[in-house]
Amino acid sequence: MKKQVLYTVGLHATLVLILLGVAFPVYFTFVIATHTYEDAYAFPPKLLPGKQFLANVSEAWNRTNMGRLMLNSTIVAIAVSLGKIVLSILAAFAFTHFKFRGRVLLFPMCMVTQMLPLPVRIVPAYQLMAHFGWLNTYYALIIPYLASTTGILLFRQFFLTVPDELPDAARVDGAGPLRYLINILIPLSKTNIAALFVIEFVYMWNEYLWPLIVTTNPKIRVAQIGLKMLLTTERTVAEWNVIMAGTILVMLPPLVILIIMRRQFAQGIAMQSTK
Amino acid sequence: MEARFPGYRVLPYLLVFPSVAVIIVFLVVPFIQAAIQSFFQTSPFGTTSSFVGVRQYKLLFSDPSYARSLLTSWYFALIVIIGGLSLSLFIAVLVTRRVRGTAFYQIAFIWTYALSPAVAGVIWALLFDPAVGIGTYVFSKLTGIAINYTIQGTTAILVLAAAAIWNMLGYNVCFYIAGLQNVPRELEEAARVDGAGPWRTFWVITFPMLSPTTAFLVFVNTIYAFFQVFGLIDIMTKGGPGGATEILVYKLYRDAFIRVRYNYASAQSVVLFLIVAATAIFQLWVSTRRAVYLR
Repeated sequence: MKKQVLYTVGLHATLVLILLGVAFPVYFTFVIATHTYEDAYAFPPKLLPGKQFLANVSEAWNRTNMGRLMLNSTIVAIAVSLGKIVLSILAAFAFTHFKFRGRVLLFPMCMVTQMLPLPVRIVPAYQLMAHFGWLNTYYALIIPYLASTTGILLFRQFFLTVPDELPDAARVDGAGPLRYLINILIPLSKTNIAALFVIEFVYMWNEYLWPLIVTTNPKIRVAQIGLKMLLTTERTVAEWNVIMAGTILVMLPPLVILIIMRRQFAQGIAMQSTK
Repeated sequence: MEARFPGYRVLPYLLVFPSVAVIIVFLVVPFIQAAIQSFFQTSPFGTTSSFVGVRQYKLLFSDPSYARSLLTSWYFALIVIIGGLSLSLFIAVLVTRRVRGTAFYQIAFIWTYALSPAVAGVIWALLFDPAVGIGTYVFSKLTGIAINYTIQGTTAILVLAAAAIWNMLGYNVCFYIAGLQNVPRELEEAARVDGAGPWRTFWVITFPMLSPTTAFLVFVNTIYAFFQVFGLIDIMTKGGPGGATEILVYKLYRDAFIRVRYNYASAQSVVLFLIVAATAIFQLWVSTRRAVYLR
């Protein structure tokens, strides 16, 4: 019995140590973000927070116009998440509730998005944006992202579990498919909608390569690119205190959303592996 | 499957149209164009384009910097996959040894996945900054060796790999925890009754049962190590020092958007597609093989 308790305690202690190790880089980020420029260069490095956090945050905020960058990231991430939800509900509804010619062909086509990550089509995709006149616009940051394999699979799987009696009853009551979708199916899908929203918001907030190439105007750039801008200032020595304060700003929104919606997030990413 | 709403001929097409249109216009067509462009050479001002057959590919495979980039990519991906998955599996096994608190640990680990590769890049650039990094400091205290990832190629690869493993750790741990929970206890018990020790039970029963999870994670981590890691590299090393961390996607980016050699870059896109396709087929093969084995 005693051995059992000791084993459990030892196990949890090991896990907590690992957790602290994993969290340490973020803690150190925070510590550096709270010091003055000189203290950030103290050697050996400081391990306890200082008092300069707000000053550093406001410096990072002003230097890169971070408010604008974060607003852009928010607009883009929300627009893409909502757009993906709507488009994948519509497609999944078609695949599960109708019989139509070409279904067996169109469904696999909706699954190719993962086979075609950005780098395998980057040059023509960029030229297409230039051709449309979409460089330095929200269109370029939003529209190419709107199709979602994960979303179609997620809703398809859920719609298949809905018993046939439900659409049958709706039909008997004289409701058309769209009314059934809006009044019955979508309210039933709330959990799935939330799950897709978190994973897509986090994914989109963190996108880097595409925003880097399709935007050059600081007014339309996103928060991730703000990090690059913070790192490449005219100074030769990095101002780590300001850079890390900016990093905290950029990493906070997805982290907060993930912590608030952790259950939905876990459910959402679990969907990605069960195809 | 029977149609739940029979008799609608046009509506289903309208419903799938937006998704299919986005996929065709922004994914399929650009990829096909990249494949076509890889057989052409456009003049410097983009006015004329002439068919050159496989010349871009010949150039590519006789370019020593491409061979190096290919090698670096695989080397880097292998460290990230093998290192990251073994560490995650180890943690997941510890977590699932005791049933209590599993949900807590899942959440306590997953958050690293919410950080972008670029954020991970800034954080690890600080940790291993040659002057102020605590990692640099501790390493030199322990070994007496001064490491500087901005001038030492091997150090740069290893620091990038550590950052990548850290970034993906939450995701990998969560999937392994879920996978381990699905391994039937009776099988492990049966092995134990037959006299197998915990070590042997793990390798003979548990690990093979996890192969679909492992295959899926190998795929996801390969995609991460080959593509998503772009932000991490652009922030930390920009392919340096001296090309030591110029993996395929970074070389492609530089050839396309800095050196503006579109056709040459398109040939690189096609090679990358072949790598993705091969990895996807591998994942499919492993997961279907398991399914047959179980029946």
